[in-house]
Amino acid sequence: MRHVLSLLLENESGALSRVSGLFSSRGYNIESLTVAPTEDASLSRMTIVTSGSDEVIEQITKQLNKLVDVVKVMDVSEAAHIERELMLVKVHAVGAAREEMKRMSEIFRGRIIDVTESSYVIELTGTQDKLDSFLGAIDSALILETVRSGVCGLGRGDRVLKVQ
Amino acid sequence: MVLTGAEIVVRCLQEEKVEYVFGYPGGAVLFLYDEIFKQDKFRHVLVRHEQAAVHAADGYARTTQNVGVALVTSGPGATNAVTGIATAYMDSIPLVIISGQVPTAAIGLDAFQEVDTVGITRPCVKHNFLVRDVRDIAVTLKKAFHIARSGRPGPVLVDIPKDVTAQRCEFAYPEQISIRSYSPTPQAEPEQIRKALQLLLAAKRPMIYTGGGVVLSNAAEKLTRLARLLGFPVTNTLMGLGGYPASDKQFVGMLGMHGTYEANMGMHYCDVLLAVGARFDDRVIGNTAHFAQEPRKIIHIDIDPSSISKRVKVDVPIVGDVGDVLDAMIAGLESGGRPNPELTSAWWRQVDEWRSRNSMVFKNSDEIIKPQFVVQKLWEVTGGEAFVATDVGQHQMWAAQYYGFDEPRRWVTSGGLGTMGFGLPAAMGAQLAHPDKPVACITGEGSIQMCIQELSTCKQYRLPIKIISLNNRYLGMVRQWQEIFHGNRYSESYMDSLPDFAKLAEAYGHVGLQITKPGDVEGALREAFARKNDLVFMDFQIDQTENVYPMIQGGKGLNEMILSSEDL
Repeated sequence: MRHVLSLLLENESGALSRVSGLFSSRGYNIESLTVAPTEDASLSRMTIVTSGSDEVIEQITKQLNKLVDVVKVMDVSEAAHIERELMLVKVHAVGAAREEMKRMSEIFRGRIIDVTESSYVIELTGTQDKLDSFLGAIDSALILETVRSGVCGLGRGDRVLKVQ
Repeated sequence: MVLTGAEIVVRCLQEEKVEYVFGYPGGAVLFLYDEIFKQDKFRHVLVRHEQAAVHAADGYARTTQNVGVALVTSGPGATNAVTGIATAYMDSIPLVIISGQVPTAAIGLDAFQEVDTVGITRPCVKHNFLVRDVRDIAVTLKKAFHIARSGRPGPVLVDIPKDVTAQRCEFAYPEQISIRSYSPTPQAEPEQIRKALQLLLAAKRPMIYTGGGVVLSNAAEKLTRLARLLGFPVTNTLMGLGGYPASDKQFVGMLGMHGTYEANMGMHYCDVLLAVGARFDDRVIGNTAHFAQEPRKIIHIDIDPSSISKRVKVDVPIVGDVGDVLDAMIAGLESGGRPNPELTSAWWRQVDEWRSRNSMVFKNSDEIIKPQFVVQKLWEVTGGEAFVATDVGQHQMWAAQYYGFDEPRRWVTSGGLGTMGFGLPAAMGAQLAHPDKPVACITGEGSIQMCIQELSTCKQYRLPIKIISLNNRYLGMVRQWQEIFHGNRYSESYMDSLPDFAKLAEAYGHVGLQITKPGDVEGALREAFARKNDLVFMDFQIDQTENVYPMIQGGKGLNEMILSSEDL
């Protein structure tokens, strides 16, 4: 089962490698991992998308909690939550494809953020599925490159991950 | 008071009441060594290899309740220490390792004797730090000692660049420390304890299985008290030996791969299992699927939540300090009901029947020295009161099987990592911690050569360790597995061109004895232990073909034991 784990960790050098090292040394999957500082400069927030049986996810959560730099761990996918991912796609856009790309981008509520004579860069935000569908919907031969941020997520409503 | 970084490190160690620092100097730690030279509050012990520094600190920590401290230089000093650090990590031993680092400006530039020490040690420490600012040294060391000794203990490494040890700042050692991301001692939930007692009181085939957590939590007396109140059989893991008196009638011996028949059968067929500070590892219960076939309720007490339901699904998890939880259980039994002995009388008959198989019996000989006989005699000669450090292999198992420990912190062995070379330096740490007590190092001719250079350290510090080398001219455990699983093809397990160990010991300034006849075993041991001020190296030439039994083969279940070679 796919899980989205959210972590608050000390914003210190080495904290990221402690987490990534834990996943590699214990053989856990990482589908995506994204991390950045929070409004509290002493903390970073990390979102990890992983998969495994309930037992494995329980172990991952326990092992993460054991790391001294990890302040809090929450499985946001355990209940109602929101996920978003950012993708930038550079596509070949000349002739008929130029108009078609613009149209597809609009359908998926993307934005064209860079234009050259022969290319667009399209910015798209959404769930993993939506980004996958966009890539499936356009002509793959026209894709020059893509970059994705990995998933960010948080719980809905009262489910808040914060240090008291 | 304004001090240099090096002065601050020394002051912090003094504030922590450190008795011994085991170390080896080098370029990156010269300022530190200069300050050590100027002080006399703690003693520095100069080892001959950094691996031994960490093992010695480890042996000191295991036989006291203190944090062991090691000091090494950058680069190879740190990499040599890694085996010691990993050994301590696997067995949850509280250590603080201080490593020198190249100056901050040189970090990352492949400087002379530079390695990424924090990176290399990250997977085998409880936590580690790189101190980049002299103002952080005191608080970092305070945190390091706190993290090392609290919760599930473990080694903590503090890497300090050379320039930081030369910089100056105001020094104050923090009295208290709190780390928001680290809350090491969870309080057990009373409801879980209540559920556990309910299960235990109704048990018909109960078993108490205890590990290193009992020793680390200093809870041996509490365990004994609880076990006596319950009247249930008790088994210890390799790491848990001494956690329950081996001479007690409720004790059924060590369990696991080379455990007793009664312990393993009891573990397999019990209906309620009380696991205390143990982690169901592969050398203890072997095949988890096979173990799960027999229905039983499992209560598991551990301070580390990640140890619970890791390999074996647990019914009543109790997360908390073993000592605190045992106290609460004892209180619960004393105020509430005691178990009805009639409920377990049939089970005890069964356990005694298994016990009557006498699985630890061995065929002694008048011609050739049997290793089990040497360990038995050692127990007799020392009255079971020696501190016993071991290396790893057959001799380690024979030591565990035939030296009955009635008290905790006497048994010093590398259980998790299985580190050859551990025994002698660990014995040094134990001997320094207990200068007037007998300390034995049970080893083999393979293991002892992995840290033999420490005979020199033993001479320098006059450590009268008694080395009992069970020399079979083979890497015995490798040979045993090759005999059983690899068609007697003894690939690279024969030890050729061995030194004359007695002469070697003499060359280092010690006493060396070679013992070849069973009749001379006891005399040699008595002579050795009578020499209170000498290190005596006893090279026992033992039966080359002797194997460790009983045995559970890898992948097999606890009730599929081989009791002797006739079962093969």
